[in-house]
Amino acid sequence: MRVNTSIPKVDGKGLIQGKPAFTDDFAPRDALIVKVLRSPYPHATIKSIKVEQALAMPEIKCIFTYENVPEALFTRAGQGFPEPSPYDARILDRTVRYVGDAVAIVAGTTEQVVDLALEKIKVDYEIKEPILEYEHALDNPVLLHEGNYTKSMFPIGHDASRNLAASYEMMIGDMDEVVSKCDVVIKERYYTQAQAHAMSEPHAVVAYMDVQDRLTLVTSTQAHYHIRRIVSKAIGIPLSRIRVIKPRVGGGFGGKQGIHGEIYAGLVTLKTGKPSKMVYTRREVFESTYTRHPMRIDMTVGAMKDGTIKALNMEVLSNTGAYGEHALTVLMVAGAKTLPMYNKVESVAFKGEVVYTNTSPAGAYRGYGAIQGNFALESILDELAHRLDMDPLALRLKNIIHEGETSDVFKKMGEGTEGVEMIIESCKLETCLHRVKDSINWQEKYPKKMISPHRVRGVGLALAMQGSGIPCIDMGAAVLKLNDGGFFNLTVGATDIGTGSDTVLAQIAAETLKVPVDQIVIYSSDTDLAPFDKGAYASSTTYVSGNGVKKAAENMIKTIEEKAKQRYQAKEVTYEGAYLLVDGAKKSFSEFATELYYSHSQEQLVATGSFVGEKSPPPYMAGAAEVEVDLRTGIIEVVRYDAYVDCGVPINPNLSRIQVEGALLQGIGMTLYEEADYLDNGRLFNNSFLTYKVPTRMDVGPMTVSFVESYEPSGPYGAKSVGEIGIDTPPAAIANAIFNATGIRIRSLPITSEVLYRAMKK
Amino acid sequence: MEVTLIINGDHYGFSAEPDEVLLDTLRKLGFKSVKRGCDTASCGVCNILVDGKLVPSCAFLTVRANRRNITTLEGVSKQAEEIGNFFMAEGVEQCGFCTPGHMMSLIALFNENPHPDIETVKHYLAGNMCRCSGYEGQHRAIEAFMGGGK
Repeated sequence: MRVNTSIPKVDGKGLIQGKPAFTDDFAPRDALIVKVLRSPYPHATIKSIKVEQALAMPEIKCIFTYENVPEALFTRAGQGFPEPSPYDARILDRTVRYVGDAVAIVAGTTEQVVDLALEKIKVDYEIKEPILEYEHALDNPVLLHEGNYTKSMFPIGHDASRNLAASYEMMIGDMDEVVSKCDVVIKERYYTQAQAHAMSEPHAVVAYMDVQDRLTLVTSTQAHYHIRRIVSKAIGIPLSRIRVIKPRVGGGFGGKQGIHGEIYAGLVTLKTGKPSKMVYTRREVFESTYTRHPMRIDMTVGAMKDGTIKALNMEVLSNTGAYGEHALTVLMVAGAKTLPMYNKVESVAFKGEVVYTNTSPAGAYRGYGAIQGNFALESILDELAHRLDMDPLALRLKNIIHEGETSDVFKKMGEGTEGVEMIIESCKLETCLHRVKDSINWQEKYPKKMISPHRVRGVGLALAMQGSGIPCIDMGAAVLKLNDGGFFNLTVGATDIGTGSDTVLAQIAAETLKVPVDQIVIYSSDTDLAPFDKGAYASSTTYVSGNGVKKAAENMIKTIEEKAKQRYQAKEVTYEGAYLLVDGAKKSFSEFATELYYSHSQEQLVATGSFVGEKSPPPYMAGAAEVEVDLRTGIIEVVRYDAYVDCGVPINPNLSRIQVEGALLQGIGMTLYEEADYLDNGRLFNNSFLTYKVPTRMDVGPMTVSFVESYEPSGPYGAKSVGEIGIDTPPAAIANAIFNATGIRIRSLPITSEVLYRAMKK
Repeated sequence: MEVTLIINGDHYGFSAEPDEVLLDTLRKLGFKSVKRGCDTASCGVCNILVDGKLVPSCAFLTVRANRRNITTLEGVSKQAEEIGNFFMAEGVEQCGFCTPGHMMSLIALFNENPHPDIETVKHYLAGNMCRCSGYEGQHRAIEAFMGGGK
């Protein structure tokens, strides 16, 4: 057994010894230091920019401003092509649209001189009125992108003259009609906030010209092929002149899907011919990359007295900040990866607008809209249960999706386009719900228990679904090469960003090829040496890239058998891993492979496999929180968090579990602590780890993650995805637990102790 | 300023800027296990030992380290492997960027206190951030190490 087995990560040994493995570890000693002068204003036009003094410093090798960079319009989103995000960005623009927006690129020999040069650049700004409140952005006379220059690759509901980055709406059934016949209709408004990714490794890129005078970018990215394409477009050099290599990456969570320093360092190296590097400061990571899209969600649920849910209606206002990266797709996922969970409805509708504001852009972030939508949906279901005087679990059990069923939403809503029809072939959501109910001891603890006169504990629950890749769009490919001795090189485009995908993909290849995992040597994420892959996003690697690997391995077996037939002039050859059955006789595979390269009729055997999903089978989970609230102070403590996850067959249960545990804590952070907090002048108040609260190991009680195995027929060895789903449940589960404990319903994230304290004092 | 640094037992002559921190010096000298994560001494990825004491190297001036004994992960890789094997058994090293800092903190802890309980470990490692793992698996790994390996 090589799959469904917890083997150590193939890169673990080097990582625990701290071997050079990350982008900045590979920077040549003479790399120019690249830094970016950033806007101190949320909205301004550059009247003049004077760089002469800075450029006069001998250590400064080049400076770029909007006056001397290519003008190409593009999106930094880092998606497939054509992108569903509006083209609204330039490398450097005369208008700056948020505090931290790029004004000039400076390269010099040391950090100190470049910092000095940044101070010597004189910029005269014409300060414009900013829009900082996204609820006031639509049709505001102040426009973020004025002048009718933005464009979309296909209709995405984009209208820059209204500050509208993207919009979408759909309805299945007659919402008004169905709602009018419901016994109970509840409509509430929920808010989710801008969350920072806060990955360990700041964004980094190293650029150099190789011996063939091609631009090489070593970069901490999640989507190296998209980086190559977008850099080529933005800088204006042919794709064939660029190589992008992704080394080990210190976490991404969506934050490294987009383009960041690659263009800046690429420009510097192209201009000077010298190697260069740009390593973001933590402040830049906070201010000048991007956050999760904040959303206002108006959620309506209509139901009958017996708890049958008849109507679900979600109306979203999303804030994409200064640029529309992932504006449409994150919006759509808020509905597409939540609403199908309750598929017995007679009408379901979704409507959303994504607006521009003068704050840091929003972009891809684990959960990708689903966590926002989940907070609204799973909160209002508890509000409904409360109104109906039903147990919230019983309400859900009555309405959830099961194996063999579908939802009209699947066909209607995709990511940026129409979706695909899908019959759910693996779904253990109901089992997850029952298990988590038992493990958290719901019967005993629901709704609350007083621990002392001023401390109360409550339990709360939420269900979630996600997807497994973007069907019909995103492709993952693999190449296998047989070596003398009989071991294999597996090269994949898939992008291991700490997730363990190199290990998981090697396990899948080993399973198909019936060899131990150490007979598979994996190399990934290099546009010159490894095949195409969409990248590490949309919960796609195990399912999409994994299927690509499996196909490559199956093709390799066919190729081996074909070659052996010729070689031994046999009627039938069967590959068995350690040996070949040649017309019934055993032949050592290792000997076969060695002879293949050294004795007569030599030939290199190579096989490829590519996979594009026809559907996106959702993983499911049930998460339950037990919280303790101090009624005097509002202090909220997550005493324990239990989760049961159906991700199909986990290829590597250990790595799957860590994915979910890490995602849970990131979700708990979003629920209780984290928020990118912008001041009235548009500046980000909490732009460091001192001021932005990421949960530490002291902040949470035990988390217990278990798997309820299902078998997804379309997945590699039954697998679905597991990378994102874990983040979705904490906001609603904890909000529900707080309500059950205190009777106070908080509909806005984060639910800090201060927020709860104030609500309790009302 | 000219300083002599004793790094993992070897002597290095180095010309340091007055405001240069050990993090930058060590990386320039090729000790790449020492990572930069935050610039505010809040995340623990640059942790090293100076005269056996755990310090964040981003907040320690190079000139202060003159003639002092500096230990980076490169110098204690054997010890790190012993603990790290338990991280690997849980798959909890994940992206690995914060792992060197975790290893240095754990080595410092076990040098100070060979038999801590898990609560003591949590307190000692409170300043070692990890965004990938949720910490739960780390604690399983450390408990397994303390139970079996130590």
